Amino acid sequence: MRYIEISPPIIMKIHEYQAKALLTRYHLPVPRGEMVATAADAEAAAQKLGGSVVVKAQIHAGGRGKGGGVKVVKDAAEARAVAERILGMTLITHQTGPEGRVVQRLLIEEALPIAHEFYLGIVLDRSTGKNVFMASADGGVEIEKVAAETPERILKETLEPGVGLLPFQARKLAFGIGIPSKAVNASAAAMMALAKANDALDASLMEINPFILTKDNRVYALDAKINLDDNALFRHKDLLELRDLNEEDPLEVEASKFGLNYIKLDGSVACMVNGAGLAMATMDIIKYAGGSPANFLDVGGGANTEQIRNAFRILLSDSSVKAVFINIFGGILRCDTLATGVVAAARELNVKHPIVVRMEGTNVELGRQILKDSGLNFTVATGMLDGARAVVGLAGRTA
Amino acid sequence: MSVLVNRDTRLLVQGFTGKEGTFHSSQAIAYGTNVVGGVTPGRGGEKHLDRPVFNTVADGVKATDANVSVIFVPPPFAADAIMEAADAGIELIVCITEGIPVRDMINVWEYLKAHPKTRLIGPNCPGIITPGECKIGIMPGHIHLAGHVGVVSRSGTLTYEAVGQLTGLGIGQSTCIGIGGDPIIGTTHIDAIQLFNEDPDTHAIVMIGEIGGDNEEKAAAYIKQHVKKPVVGFIAGQTAPPGRRMGHAGAIISGGSGRAEDKMAAMADAGIVVCPTPADIGAKVKSVLK
Repeated sequence: MRYIEISPPIIMKIHEYQAKALLTRYHLPVPRGEMVATAADAEAAAQKLGGSVVVKAQIHAGGRGKGGGVKVVKDAAEARAVAERILGMTLITHQTGPEGRVVQRLLIEEALPIAHEFYLGIVLDRSTGKNVFMASADGGVEIEKVAAETPERILKETLEPGVGLLPFQARKLAFGIGIPSKAVNASAAAMMALAKANDALDASLMEINPFILTKDNRVYALDAKINLDDNALFRHKDLLELRDLNEEDPLEVEASKFGLNYIKLDGSVACMVNGAGLAMATMDIIKYAGGSPANFLDVGGGANTEQIRNAFRILLSDSSVKAVFINIFGGILRCDTLATGVVAAARELNVKHPIVVRMEGTNVELGRQILKDSGLNFTVATGMLDGARAVVGLAGRTA
Repeated sequence: MSVLVNRDTRLLVQGFTGKEGTFHSSQAIAYGTNVVGGVTPGRGGEKHLDRPVFNTVADGVKATDANVSVIFVPPPFAADAIMEAADAGIELIVCITEGIPVRDMINVWEYLKAHPKTRLIGPNCPGIITPGECKIGIMPGHIHLAGHVGVVSRSGTLTYEAVGQLTGLGIGQSTCIGIGGDPIIGTTHIDAIQLFNEDPDTHAIVMIGEIGGDNEEKAAAYIKQHVKKPVVGFIAGQTAPPGRRMGHAGAIISGGSGRAEDKMAAMADAGIVVCPTPADIGAKVKSVLK
């Protein structure tokens, strides 16, 4: 069952400069810096900061440094030159996919004398139902790699509900990852600030990678990643303003307006399914039948004809789609409602793609009759596998 | 021949007079579920669907001796509703609500530790049904058939898919439990499988999981050690791209764990008959029952 009050994206991600501004509210130390959108402003910001600065592309993806989106420059003039090059460029990293992202904003930050890079993070431990604070001496690299190869190098402390990260836990972590005594108090304070921010902001993931120690024993969050729990956004209306639609797939944004859970993929068989589990299983069975799904789409348990119509429109606006597979197990969503919506949408949108419909459950006979009476070219399948095979065949033929 | 709920269940509905609560309560009553009343704060003393409405769960329990509650309360208030039911001594709470913040569920989890007699199913789940006796939740009742196969699943419609196949083959179900797709849930696969294993009238088990977490791996380890009954399994999300949320918040693959192939390997290793596609579930159950 769904309650739609706001239309949050699938996972609400925010930019590094936004994350740092939020964390500053909780007194986490971050380098001095400024977000800019033009090369002239980049130069001015660098001038203000003085000396060597770092120019960082702001996109919702990791691996920016390797992709050429992060550069250390010696002065304001060079900052301008580098900004001119990075702004507008399509940055491709291991997280953006081959199409990459166009850089529209930069963060200009003071360059700091780094002595060591650490890792800090907070994630939910599903087996205990509690958040866990993680710290590692191996910062600046992919933490997934550390977890897989040297898990003993990630220290963990459980955050007790209502208690948070206690001072002794923070000190244990700080000493444990090798922070020198002189910087332990500042590090512990930073860790506790992070834990407090995680709780207050309803974050689903927080990562500081790297958390740095400078040569003069100061500590800073050099990078910051925050994912917000979209289910909690109803109590953080201010955070909704941080959403950057340029970073999201336009079709996914459009779908979220109608309460549809849509994720674009790169195959040719569009699918429309009710329920997340069945939608995932439908993608699986398309692959099993030799095809490739164009999307994940869960229309929900109680979809109405209006939602079905919009779902159809969104599916078909993806130009790589060659055929459509509708797989519905009617419970609350009755098959006759679905069929009526599908017929209306197919007529209105003048759909030319082959459509395979597989329906089961409530009012299935009535639903099949409506499809048949429409005179439109539907292929009615009886089982999931039959349906998947039929649609994969049709998608191949029209390719 | 069932677990957790049967014809003696006395059900209280939280969020009774709302749109969802009203619709699904009337469906449950029509199915034959013993709905003894409901709770809507501020509407106490009224009648709804010919049953009494109470202001608090405690009032409802006192007046009706209800032992099970189902929650159709919107997400901002659902965690509170779960804890209210536990405080009132409800033994089984079924939370249907989708979209409860993780932080709220962390608090619920902690609160329930102080109420060891209370079991939670869900949230974000279709509910639980013992065919022919008691339907609690949003599943379509008519696709079920009374019998001897226990079904446990994280997903709603995928459960219906499996149940539809079983019923189509004339294979009935003892009880079907939808445990929900959220990262923090009350009853897990392993809990449900333990119940089915101990129920003499459950002869085989269907276990449907999905990517994310290690719930299915733990259940597989338990089955390997303790369960002699045949188990048929399926994992959804074999082709899901890593890191994308597929509707269920729990279905985020993080790092190396939670992948479909790891879960399927653990299940096969435990002697579970793993179905390559959900279309095979009914036929595989039929084959293991012979």
